[in-house]
Amino acid sequence: MKRREDLRSLYSEKVMEHFQNPRNVGEMESPDGIGHVGNPVCGDIMELYIKVKDDIIIDAKFKTFGCGAAIATSSMVTEMVKGKTIEEALKISNKTVAEALDGLPPIKMHCSALAEEALRLAIEDYLAKPKRKEE
Amino acid sequence: MRRIYLDYAATTPTHPLVLKAMLPWFTDGFGNPSSIHSFGRESKGAIEEAREKVAGLVGAKSDEIVFTGSGTEADNFAIKGVAYAKEHKGKHIITTAIEHHAVIEPCKFLEKRGFKVTYLSVDRDGLVDLEEVEKAITDETILISVMHANNEIGTIEPIQEIARIAKDREICFHTDAVQTVGHLPVDVDELKVDLVSISAHKFCGPKGVGALYIRKGTRIVPFMHGGEQEHGQRASTQNVPGIVGFGKACQLAEQEMGQEKERLETLRDKLINGILNRIDHVHLNGHPTQRLPNNVNISLEFVEGESILLNLDLVGIAASTGSACSSSVLEASHVLLALGLPHESAHSSLRLSLGQETTEKDVDYVLEKLPQIVKKLRAMSPLYKPGRK
Repeated sequence: MKRREDLRSLYSEKVMEHFQNPRNVGEMESPDGIGHVGNPVCGDIMELYIKVKDDIIIDAKFKTFGCGAAIATSSMVTEMVKGKTIEEALKISNKTVAEALDGLPPIKMHCSALAEEALRLAIEDYLAKPKRKEE
Repeated sequence: MRRIYLDYAATTPTHPLVLKAMLPWFTDGFGNPSSIHSFGRESKGAIEEAREKVAGLVGAKSDEIVFTGSGTEADNFAIKGVAYAKEHKGKHIITTAIEHHAVIEPCKFLEKRGFKVTYLSVDRDGLVDLEEVEKAITDETILISVMHANNEIGTIEPIQEIARIAKDREICFHTDAVQTVGHLPVDVDELKVDLVSISAHKFCGPKGVGALYIRKGTRIVPFMHGGEQEHGQRASTQNVPGIVGFGKACQLAEQEMGQEKERLETLRDKLINGILNRIDHVHLNGHPTQRLPNNVNISLEFVEGESILLNLDLVGIAASTGSACSSSVLEASHVLLALGLPHESAHSSLRLSLGQETTEKDVDYVLEKLPQIVKKLRAMSPLYKPGRK
């Protein structure tokens, strides 16, 4: 149908799927790490929460104020980190997130950079809490 | 799925009668209006008839109408044309911070070439302050340009009063009336304006054609140089079918304007009040009463405009936003920021503009769908803290 095609010319089907049914939305009770990025001027604000056990990210959640691409990349990055070790999670880049979504329009690549940044900050926040790490 | 078009401020569908009037001028009436032979004379007759209709709609004489390729071209013509014609007299232009890019960008272009431009601020409703206009005038001022009504927030400016100030000081006055001509009564003598930009596709005419009204005696440099078309003001073989369609759209607007204005105002207010009643943390942008009959612009706090648009599109509703995320330059609307809105509110804006095919059922459909969309997006917004005031 014409209408669907029109939407696809804007965002990939995968982006639209994650945008319509975002995974892992919400805040987390007592997270092990929080990443907060963005500013109101650019129009994207992202909060990412992780729960870590034995060096493995066992859960991730997000809250995002932003466009379709920002919401889809938030959803995708939380999916991607689950079950990964901290070391593996740090290797996730904005490019891999965008690729997992079958690409983003060039002007929206900064949204995936934001998701990468939020993840990195959440991990740094976790690593800065030595006590919990030893538990 | 039903599709509801609520972006009439962006463009309108060409009226069937307009299209019908245009069609013969693509085929049988293909002559060049500058040609002497009968083919040419027929085309010439058609554009002169259209010119009379356009002139008639705004109370002008037909030789004061110059056809252009768009509203943007008319704005460029007015700003640069007057600037070049009067630069020996002075190099100061006054306009507003909320003009369309078609006015702001030519002004910025002139600034790079030694002109000084004052961009008047507006109040929270988008109105220009008359005292500010007076204060901005200097001996160097050669042109004042203030839009009749704003395309984003719908606020209608006190053009008559501003034009009077300009006239008292013998300063040329231009208004971008792209959003009002065909929708509201515009009379060039009543408003006392020297230059008026008009666009056909904003009121059911075809795209690719507009006009600049130039009051007799106004000094202005031609926009295009070449042949002697349009009294030498705008060289180019005229877009005959487009111009004929433009004329027809003006004729239809003249007949339907009054009734349509009331009908749209009723629907507009139903939509505004419905949204304000159904969704919390919402405010109206633009003047509550002094606004275009078809314009609704609201900020839905804590949710971003593009994600609202995408969700509306998925249920068949076409709208627009002033959010940075939906613009190619990733900047929030300069109009909303000029109102003093914080960036978050500008990013949260939604414009619904109604038109001739909008029905009460469409309004009800939006009122049913929009609250669900906002609820869903707020649930994932880090800015939304339920329960807070």
